Amino acid sequence: MDKGLHRLAGISMRAGRAALLFSMLAMAVSSATTTSALAEETTRIEDSSRLISIGGSLTEIVYALGEEKRLVARDSTSLYPPEAGKLPDVGYMRALSPEGVLSVNPSGILLLEGSGPREALDVLKKASVPMVVVPERFTGQGVLDKIHGVGKALGIQDKADKLAASVGADLAAAEKAASSVKERKRILFILSMQGDRIMASGKNTAANGIIELAGGVNAIDGYEGYKQLTDEAIGKAAPDVILMMDRGGNHAVSPEQIFGNPAFAGTPVARTKKLVRMDALYLLGFGPRTAKAAHDLSVALYGDAAEH
Amino acid sequence: MLKRMEFAGSFADGGGQVRGDRSGVARAAIGLLAVLLLTVMLFSLTAGASDASAWMVVKHWLFSAVSPEELSQRDRIIVLEIRLPRIILGALIGSALAVSGAVLQGLFRNPLADPGLVGVSAGASLGAVGTIVLGGTILAPVAALLNIYTLPIMAFLGSLLTTFLLYGIATRRGQTSVATMLLAGIAIAALAAALTGALIYMADDQQLRDLTFWSLGSLAGATWAKIGASGSIILLALAAAPFLARGLNGLSLGEASANHLGIPVQRLKNVAIVTVAAAVGASVAVSGGIGFVGIVVPHLLRLMIGPDHRYLLPASALLGATLLLLADVVSRTIVAPAELPIGIVTAAVGAPFFLWVLLRRRGILDL
Repeated sequence: MDKGLHRLAGISMRAGRAALLFSMLAMAVSSATTTSALAEETTRIEDSSRLISIGGSLTEIVYALGEEKRLVARDSTSLYPPEAGKLPDVGYMRALSPEGVLSVNPSGILLLEGSGPREALDVLKKASVPMVVVPERFTGQGVLDKIHGVGKALGIQDKADKLAASVGADLAAAEKAASSVKERKRILFILSMQGDRIMASGKNTAANGIIELAGGVNAIDGYEGYKQLTDEAIGKAAPDVILMMDRGGNHAVSPEQIFGNPAFAGTPVARTKKLVRMDALYLLGFGPRTAKAAHDLSVALYGDAAEH
Repeated sequence: MLKRMEFAGSFADGGGQVRGDRSGVARAAIGLLAVLLLTVMLFSLTAGASDASAWMVVKHWLFSAVSPEELSQRDRIIVLEIRLPRIILGALIGSALAVSGAVLQGLFRNPLADPGLVGVSAGASLGAVGTIVLGGTILAPVAALLNIYTLPIMAFLGSLLTTFLLYGIATRRGQTSVATMLLAGIAIAALAAALTGALIYMADDQQLRDLTFWSLGSLAGATWAKIGASGSIILLALAAAPFLARGLNGLSLGEASANHLGIPVQRLKNVAIVTVAAAVGASVAVSGGIGFVGIVVPHLLRLMIGPDHRYLLPASALLGATLLLLADVVSRTIVAPAELPIGIVTAAVGAPFFLWVLLRRRGILDL
């Protein structure tokens, strides 16, 4: 009786191998086209009268440049300034739907690095909608590069230079203040707290970037991204300050809840009870407001002395 | 009406009218369902976030009656490169899920069986999550080679591997024990879930969002290339289904009785499991997790046309395709220009229906 299955398995395996080989060949051809499509450097969008901005920081930059009249839609991460929320929402930046994007009849699309999925971008390219991908880096230079990228795409380099100069000056001031800090505080960024389980940010995150800009040290350096911490890891991290996103209303975790967590006993923050909350997009957006956010954070950490 | 489910209403073939024979009703229902599916397909072609006119495209395509000036390039892309592949893929996947559900329910003689039972879903998620999390590191060479098809191929391989593993565990001396398969399925699914959990722990926040979207399911990534790859597997599996119908009818009397009827039970199991693994694996690989189609559709049909698999299987294919396409129309228009993952739509409709079936069954048992 098993013969049938064996034969079937043999056939399917052979068919599978053939299919795999075929798809690899197909891939070899298609990979050349798709990567070059994405590797396109930030260039000018010919007609930038009807733009979609994908990525909260890019939308903020368009507004900061005073070019919001060109926007016809945004993605769901574009929540600042509040007026941006009134634009049609084409969905989460990494799960775009090609027809939804085309339905607002854009003349061009600004995309933050990481937008997708690839299939959607391929179809949009086929529909010959000009797309500009702007890189995402969690540094001061990264912010300036974004501003220049958007300026170039919109063909308004002069305006972008001006904005970049003013943001750059603020960033330089923040960096100077940060470098003058003698005793750097160790900062634990808590993304979320479910019961007593703490999700904290490691290296290579926006939180890590803003902590460094503000002259602090990320208390966690053992991993990348956001992960749940064990109590012992919290003890070892020995944070001086806890940084959280300000969710407002009833969503906020109370200080009692945080410092009541036995994991913090024995860490410096248990004595100082220093908790800093800031608006999520302001703190982590890496857009035109980042220099100010770094400054605010720095003041919260070291007081106004850091300003001079 | 449900009581009749326990008995194969009309598997006594041919001959005169048998009491409770609903084959006439069933044939009529299949005809109606086919018409309904065609209607829904045409409707789907015209519905969407944009106001692209499908009719113009069809006219241009079939009769060259529309001049190129009248038809914008954008509309053509929307209809031919976005909606049409999506409708075809949606119909294939809806059929695959519904037929697989019907086959497994017949095979396990359990009306609550779904493809999760043979490890397909767990294996597919493991493959998909592995690709999302490790695609940039350990699996980078594979990802570079397979490009955007890495995830579907890995998900498909994952689903096949778990099913064959499970099948190997449950088969001794050429006999597959359905009970062992059910229990081992729980263990394998738990193991796959543990591995998936470990991968999720390693994921960064962007990967986590990708994972969430994958597990909610979507037909948004439909391309002609994907239809070529997964569609051919699904079609092969669907073509095998009619040959299972008579065997599954016999099996509803129990394995021993089916054997006495001259049904090659073991071969039936082999073919049924391979068919389901291939069909569901190929579906989940391209669309992510779409729940409840496999349970809801066969149930609905058994209530309408009875449990005869000769009619149940083709009707499931038609109704599964129809319902998934309708769910997809909702998913791509309700929050336009954004899109709601289709798994949310099918679960939101399917879960209450499933509860209703459970309660009705309980009511019958309590009587």
